[in-house]
Amino acid sequence: MALTTQRVDVPVIVDESKCLEKCTACIEVCPLDVLVKNPETGKAYMKYDECWFCLPCEKECPTNAITVQIPFLLR
Amino acid sequence: MNIQNLQTDFLVIGGGTAGTMAGIKAKQANPDADVLILEKANIRRSGAIAMGMDGVNTAVIPGNSTPEQYVREITIANDGILNQKSVYQTGRWGYEVIQELESWGVKFQKDHEGNYDLKQVHRVGKYVLPMPEGKDLKKILTRQVKRHKVRVTNRVMATRVMVKDGRVIGAVGFDVRKGDFVVIQAKAVVLCTGACGRLGLPASGYLYGTYENPTNAGDGYSMAYHAGAELTNIECFQINPLIKDYNGPACAYVASPFGAYTANAEGNRFINCDYWSGQMMLETWKELNSGKGPVHLKMYHLDDDTISEIERVLWANERPSRERFHEGRQENYRTHGVEMNISEIGLCSGHSASGVWVNEKAETTVPGLYAAGDMASVPHNYMIGAFVSGRLSGLNAMEYVQGIDHVDPDPAFLEAEKARIYAPMNRPDGVPHTQVEYKLRRYVNDYLQPPKSPSNMEIGLAAFERYHDTLDLMGARDPHELMRCMEVHFIRDCAEMAARASLYRKESRWGLYHYRLDYPEKNDEEWFCHANLKKGENGEMEMFKRAVEPYIVDVNLEQEVYDVAVR
Repeated sequence: MALTTQRVDVPVIVDESKCLEKCTACIEVCPLDVLVKNPETGKAYMKYDECWFCLPCEKECPTNAITVQIPFLLR
Repeated sequence: MNIQNLQTDFLVIGGGTAGTMAGIKAKQANPDADVLILEKANIRRSGAIAMGMDGVNTAVIPGNSTPEQYVREITIANDGILNQKSVYQTGRWGYEVIQELESWGVKFQKDHEGNYDLKQVHRVGKYVLPMPEGKDLKKILTRQVKRHKVRVTNRVMATRVMVKDGRVIGAVGFDVRKGDFVVIQAKAVVLCTGACGRLGLPASGYLYGTYENPTNAGDGYSMAYHAGAELTNIECFQINPLIKDYNGPACAYVASPFGAYTANAEGNRFINCDYWSGQMMLETWKELNSGKGPVHLKMYHLDDDTISEIERVLWANERPSRERFHEGRQENYRTHGVEMNISEIGLCSGHSASGVWVNEKAETTVPGLYAAGDMASVPHNYMIGAFVSGRLSGLNAMEYVQGIDHVDPDPAFLEAEKARIYAPMNRPDGVPHTQVEYKLRRYVNDYLQPPKSPSNMEIGLAAFERYHDTLDLMGARDPHELMRCMEVHFIRDCAEMAARASLYRKESRWGLYHYRLDYPEKNDEEWFCHANLKKGENGEMEMFKRAVEPYIVDVNLEQEVYDVAVR
């Protein structure tokens, strides 16, 4: 199969200056399991564009580093 | 790949509303038993109530209503097709559930005299009990799961229930992060994996912009089917009136007791009851197609304080991101109606009636297999029904497992299932699951969205059958993508069930949920029965009629016509 990579606007935005390297609160609570740590920086980011804009990641972040936008197609 | 072998007395698949309660009740009944909840997300924030709930919709509170009155209302709302004994359980045990939740710290709304502040949303009777502070419901349940020493395994998705000699012996699945193959021996299993909320494609085109939590992909419908259990009323689809584009509840159940109502573009009422029934959806569909659409939830006639109170509830519970959706469009309940649309189809007995066949003990037709919550066919069961059916499954399973021993799984079955699960990993350059899922769900919209026409549904059915081959093209690059791939398998099974059941019932019933253009009338003579389905001996899907269980509460369906249209 020939594949290409498409760019998408993702709903979950992480402020890297606030994200704590040892914390995984947002990753643990996401029902869709779409957040992971960047192994190089230790910061969380949205790896998979599969968001229910349900907000546990934002609410449970201890440093308010996360903002969830309504996905672009619905906004 | 690593293999994990686990053993438990009672396996709960899905740690949402029903599953957490099933685990807790099983441990209360027998603290020495081993009970394991398997959850593909994390039970702290999973299932339909991941962000809490703003109220319960089926509360039968002594002094306000009786279980008999409740059974009567649901019998009429579901056009007579139901097992009244199962619905009765929701009325019978709901009060006890509410009291127990309260003892755990869940707050329900009370009036100034300290009585439960029930609201009328149903056509007759008050069954809606607000819980404006319900946002942490799931955290409270998680705490109780731990306190009761129920074991929990998060981030493992079950793919098949194991059956040997006609009874359940466990389940298999895989770790959606590490990729381990997981085999669990169990004496009894309850499936409580929620609705099939990812069946139709939302109009936005966003695969996960669904009403239900999109993790609920019909896992349990598919697993019950492959275990040999009967499913019922699948043609009674879930279709909801939702905020257009956002595709979540507006929510009339919260707002209508404050004076809000659903109106057409002229601002006039066209339904006299906002309770979600097939009849209500049919009236909404007619209005949208009448030239008087679009329809909206109207609140702008209410005073500012009332609207602020509605906002406090709607923006903290269930789908709190509603607030930023409205904000993003510069819309306000004070000045704008909330534009509503008819959702894509799903399967969910919590709202309609489509589910796995269960009796009043939450037993399926396979010994040792139970079903609870949105996926168990107890019509209009909502959250209280999920708690009650979870409770019933936990208590009854604990009795069933007495004297039952673990049975070794069949090695050939395990090998075949392992090969099926991991196939996409052998094709990392295969078609991405997103495209395979998108096309499948677009077919669901194209061919199954009511009103239903027979030739369309036949084309859809053929497409779903062909889709077995398409599933074999899917590729995955990590266990996460593999989870989504296996969910597409579940969705395909549910699509085939939805097509076959809809073709089988040759009449119209449940308003828009099963409105057939070729048989527009209800036909009680031939179709006052359940349309059930199961996996036949030859591996093909079989449809058959199942008689409605004798009523325990008399209802004269000739006289009690469920009509919600404003005339």
